[in-house]
Amino acid sequence: MVPASFEYYRPTDVSSVIALITQHGDDARVMAGGHSLIPMMKLRMAEIPHLIDLQDVAGLTGITIDGFTVRIGAMTTQTELIDHPGLRQTAPILREAALQIADPQVRCMGTIGGNVANGDPGNDMPGLMQCLNAQFTLIGPDGERTVAARDYYEAAYFTARSEEEVLTSIHFSARGGGYCYEKQKRKIGDYATAACAVTLYKEEGLCAGASIAMTNLSDVPVWSKAAGLALDGTSVDANAVKSAVEAAVADIDPSEDNRGPVDFKVYVAGVIIKRAIESAWSRA
Amino acid sequence: MKDDIQTREDRVSNLKGLGSSRKRVEDARFTQGKGNYVDDIKMPGMLHGDFVRSPHAHARVKSINIEQAMALDGVVAVLTAKDLEPLNLHWMPTLAGDKQMVLADGKVLFQGQEVAFVVARDRYVAADAVELVEVEYEELPVLVNPFAALESEVVLREDLEAGADGAHGPRKHHNHIFLWEEGDKVATEQVLDNAEVVAEETVYYHRTHPCPLETCGTVASMDKVNGKLTLYGTFQAPHVVRTVASILSGIEEHNIRVVSPDIGGGFGNKVGVYPGYVCAIVASIVTGAPVKWVEDRMENLMATAFARDYWMKGRISATREGKITGLHCHVTADHGAFDACADPTKYPAGFFHICTGSYDIPVAYVGVDGVYTNKAPGGVAYRCSFRVTEAAYFIERMIEVLAIELDMDAAELRRINFIKKEQFPYQSALGWEYDSGNYHTAWDKALEAVQYNHLRKEQAERVEAFKKGETRKLLGIGLTFFTEIVGAGPVKNCDILGMGMFDSCEIRIHPTGSAIARLGTISQGQGHATTFAQILATEIGLPADSITVEEGDTDTAPYGLGTYGSRSTPVAGAATALAGRKIRAKAQMIAAYLLEVHDDDVEFDVDRFVVKGAPERFKTMKEIAFAAYNQAIPGVEPGLEAVSYYDPPNMTYPFGAYICVMEIDVDTGTTEIRQFYALDDCGTRINPMVIEGQVHGGLTEAFAIAMGQEIAYDELGNCKTGTLMDFFIPTSWETPHYTTDHTETPSPHHPIGAKGVGESPNVGGVPAFSNAVHDAFRPFGLRHANMPHDHWRVWKIANDLGLHV
Ligand SMILES: Cc1cc2nc3c(=O)[nH]c(=O)nc-3n(C[C@H](O)[C@H](O)[C@H](O)COP(=O)(O)OP(=O)(O)OC[C@H]3O[C@@H](n4cnc5c(N)ncnc54)[C@H](O)[C@@H]3O)c2cc1C
Repeated sequence: MVPASFEYYRPTDVSSVIALITQHGDDARVMAGGHSLIPMMKLRMAEIPHLIDLQDVAGLTGITIDGFTVRIGAMTTQTELIDHPGLRQTAPILREAALQIADPQVRCMGTIGGNVANGDPGNDMPGLMQCLNAQFTLIGPDGERTVAARDYYEAAYFTARSEEEVLTSIHFSARGGGYCYEKQKRKIGDYATAACAVTLYKEEGLCAGASIAMTNLSDVPVWSKAAGLALDGTSVDANAVKSAVEAAVADIDPSEDNRGPVDFKVYVAGVIIKRAIESAWSRA
Repeated sequence: MKDDIQTREDRVSNLKGLGSSRKRVEDARFTQGKGNYVDDIKMPGMLHGDFVRSPHAHARVKSINIEQAMALDGVVAVLTAKDLEPLNLHWMPTLAGDKQMVLADGKVLFQGQEVAFVVARDRYVAADAVELVEVEYEELPVLVNPFAALESEVVLREDLEAGADGAHGPRKHHNHIFLWEEGDKVATEQVLDNAEVVAEETVYYHRTHPCPLETCGTVASMDKVNGKLTLYGTFQAPHVVRTVASILSGIEEHNIRVVSPDIGGGFGNKVGVYPGYVCAIVASIVTGAPVKWVEDRMENLMATAFARDYWMKGRISATREGKITGLHCHVTADHGAFDACADPTKYPAGFFHICTGSYDIPVAYVGVDGVYTNKAPGGVAYRCSFRVTEAAYFIERMIEVLAIELDMDAAELRRINFIKKEQFPYQSALGWEYDSGNYHTAWDKALEAVQYNHLRKEQAERVEAFKKGETRKLLGIGLTFFTEIVGAGPVKNCDILGMGMFDSCEIRIHPTGSAIARLGTISQGQGHATTFAQILATEIGLPADSITVEEGDTDTAPYGLGTYGSRSTPVAGAATALAGRKIRAKAQMIAAYLLEVHDDDVEFDVDRFVVKGAPERFKTMKEIAFAAYNQAIPGVEPGLEAVSYYDPPNMTYPFGAYICVMEIDVDTGTTEIRQFYALDDCGTRINPMVIEGQVHGGLTEAFAIAMGQEIAYDELGNCKTGTLMDFFIPTSWETPHYTTDHTETPSPHHPIGAKGVGESPNVGGVPAFSNAVHDAFRPFGLRHANMPHDHWRVWKIANDLGLHV
C-alpha cells in the first residue's frame, strides 16, 4: 500500500498538460480525483513516474444547461452533480446514479471525467452516458474531437481515447421523460453486481423511444439497442417488458467474481433491468 | 469536612460507581484524533521494515537474491531465514505448541507468507526494495481443503518427524495435527443409535478474520548502551509478549519493556506473536536503531491470524416430544500452515465443548481433528472466548435442524430443553460447571418483547401470499439462545505457554484522595479506563473521576495475561475489586484510629467509614487517604496501596436471547434486517452504556460474518478477499438498528457478580442472523445452507429450492 516514487505536476492550462504528456509519453498520466488511480498506484498495479494533477487546470469544471443541452466539465465531482439544482431538474438520472456511487467521501473527490475516461467496467457513469447518448470532448496534440460514449469503450481499460488525449467535457441532450438508475451492490462503496440505466418517453400512453444501458455486466458498458426497441411503441406492458429484458440480457456477458457466478449475475441483471424499466415508466 | 447536606443517594451518584452510565473517559481523545497508536510512534533514527511475501500457496524456495535490493540507496539490511538461523530465530514456537517459520526456510506454505525482511531508512524505500528482492520458487501441489489434505500424499510440513506425536498427542496422517476428544463417545453413540428421533447435519463455520481497524505492528528499540529492549506494539497480552521475547532472544526479562499504547481494536487478531515482531527485534538488535514494522490492510487480511474455519458434523437425538437425549459432534478444523491457534495450552480446540449450549443434554461427545492446509495460520478467538462462537453456532443450528425433524416450533424446542434455574450450578455432559443462569425468564421476556406469536402468524401469511404470487419477499425469524464460557481461567487448567491465566490489579491511593490503578489487561476499545474505575469507586468510596486506570506498560503494570476471551472483567475486574477491598480494610483501621474507636466499631458507607450507631461520626475516604500519609498510626504502615492477583475459581457463563427478523428478496438474494432484539445477561452490570456499546459493536461484527464476511481462497490457494472491497465490513448504512435489553443473574463466585459482555453479541449474533435466513426458507424445505449469506448464496438457496420460475 505504498506507491513507487513519482514526479508530481500541477499545470494550470490544458496545453501544458498536453505538452507534459507528449514529453513523457507512456510514463505520464493525468489524475483527476485520484480515487481510482491512487489505489492502483498504492497497490503498485499502476506505476506512474510522471503524475499530472488536473485540479488547477482552467476550463475543466462547471455545469451549463442550455435548453436541452447539458455540458459538464470533466473535473466536475460527483458531489457537484448531486448538488446542482439545474441538473436535478433537467437530468435527474445523473443525481440518482451519482448517489449510488461509492460513499460521500469518494464522491467529494471522484470526477465524472475520471469515471468515464479510464474504461473501468465497474464504473457507473459510462453505462449511464451510453444510455444518454452523451458525447465526450477530447483534446490532444492534434486538436479537439468528439467521440460518442457508445463508441468510446473497446475493452476493460481500453478506450477510443489515445494516451495523449485529455477528456475536457461531456455533453448530452436531456428532454425529460421517465428515467431510472437501478443498482444492486453488496454494500456502500461497492461496484455493481448489476446496474441498469433507463430513459424513456411516453406519448399518449405509449412508449415513444427508450434507451437502456447496463453497468458491470461485461468488460465494457452495454447499451442494448434491441432492448430499447422492444419497448418502443408499446404500452410497456408485461410482455413488452419481458421482451426488453430478454433483449438486454442477451447483450450482456458478465464474468464470475466475489459477487457471484455468472448464472446468478444474469438472473439478477434481468431483475434489475425489469425494475429499472418499470420505475422509469412509472415516472414518465 | 462536613458534607452531610448531601443525601446518601447524592453520595452514591457522585462516585459514578457500579451501575452508572458514566461516559467513556477514553472518548475525548479518540474522537478528537488524539489517540496514540503504534504507527504514531516516531523515534530518532528509526528504520522501517517491510516483507517480501510469497505469491504462492505452496512452493519450494530455490534461491533468494538480495543484491539489487541491497544496492538501493537507503536500504540497511535484508534478512532471510539464513540470517536468523544462527540465532535460532528462523522458526518460533506458536501458542498452540507447534512452531512457525519466521522467514521462509526452504519452502512457503501459504500465500502471503513472510520470505524476507527489508530494513530501510524510509518506509517508501523499504517498499521499493521489496520489489527488488528476487525469489525463485518451484511450485508444489496446493491443498486448500482439509478433507483432501487428510487424504493427500503431499506432505505440507516436512519439518515434522513422520509418525512422531504432536503437541496434543498422536498424528494419524502427515497433514494431521491432533485429535482432541471430550465426553463419553460410547454412551453417546448408544443413545443416538436407539433414539426416537435423530437429526444430522454438517455445519460449516467459514474462515473469516477479525480485521481490526488498526492493523498489527511494532516498534522495536534496542538500546545497546544499557542493554534494554523496548517493544511498542499492538499486543493484547503485553506481559506474555515480554516473557516470550525474553525466552526467544535470551535477553533477561527485566531488560525488556513491552508497551501496548492505544490499540485500535484487537478481536483476537493481536493475541499471537507474528514474524514481523521477531524480525523487527532482530533488526533493531543488529542495527542498534529502532525498527518499525506495521502491516497494511492486505497483509493483515492475508497473513495475520484468521478465525473459525470449522467443519462441524453433528448428530442430535431426542424423544418424539422433543426432549434432547444426546449430542455427537465431530469437527474437522482447518488450521492452515502452522498450528498457531490462540488457546489455553490444554485445549487445542479451545472451549468448543461448551457446544451443549443452554440445554440440559444428558450425554455428549466431541472430537476435533486439526488439519494442516496451505492457508494462513491462526484460528484466533474473533470477539469470542476460544472457539465459543463456533460452538454456539453449531448447537443453535442443530436445534433448528432438530426442530425441522420434529416438525416443532424452534422456540418451544429450546424452552423444553433449557437448563432450569434450580439446576445451577450445572454440570454439563462435556465437563463444565455453569455458574448461574435463568434461561426461561430471559427467553419469555424476549419472545414477549418481539411478540413472537404475531411474527409467526405474519410469516405464515407471507408464505401464503408468496405461493399465490402476491409477493417475492419472505420473512425469517432467527432465534438464538446462547451460553458463553468466558473469563479464563482457573490457573489449574488454563495457561498460555505455561503462564497461568490469572490477572492482576495494583492500586495506589494518593494523599489527596485520588488514585491510580494498574492492571495486567489492556483495553483495545473496551473502555477499561472507564469501567475499572467504576468497580473501584464502589469498592473504595472515591469518585471514578478521581481514579486513573493504566494498562499496557510491563514496567509499571502488574503481570497479567491480557485482554481477550472476555476475561478482563471476570478476572482483572475481580482482582480490582479485591485489591480495593484490601485498601478498604486498611482504611478501616485508619478510620477507627482517627475516630478513636475499635476497628470493629466502624462500618463502610458509600464513601466513608461511620461509627456504628452514630452516623454523624465518620471519616470520608478522602480524609482517610490523607491520614495514611500524614499521621503516625501505631501498628499501621504509612501509605495506602494494595495489589491483588486473582485466580478465578471458575469461568463465568454469560447468556442471552437474540431474535432477528429479516426480509429476504428471493430474486436478488438481498436481505434487510427489520428488527433485531438482543437480551443479554452478563451478571452484574457495571456500566449500562458501555454494555450497550459493546453489544452494538459485537452485533455489527456478527452481522458482517453471517451476511458476507469471509476469507476465501481459490483452488490454487490465492486469497480472494484481501481488500475491504471484497472483505465485508458493514458501513453505517448496512448496519441494522438494534434493540437491547437485559436480565441480571450475578455470578455467584465473582466478587461483584460480573460475567463479561464484550463478546456475547458475536457469539449470539451470528446464529441469530443465520437462523433468520434459514427460517425464511424453512417452509420451502431448506434444512441447512452454509454462511456467509451474501446475495448470491441466498439467491442460490432460492434457486435450489425451485423458487425462481
Ligand atoms: C471505495 C471506492 C468505491 C468506489 N465505488 C464506485 C462505484 O460504486 N461506482 C463508480 O462508478 N465508481 C466508484 N469508485 C470510483 C470513483 O467514482 C472514482 O473516483 C472515479 O471512478 C474516477 O474518478 P477520479 O476523478 O477519481 O479519477 P482518477 O482516479 O483521478 O483517474 C482515473 C483514470 O482516469 C484518467 N483520467 C482522469 N481524468 C481524466 C481526463 N479528464 N482525461 C483523460 N483521462 C482522465 C486517469 O488518468 C486515470 O487513469 C469508487 C472508488 C472508491 C475508492
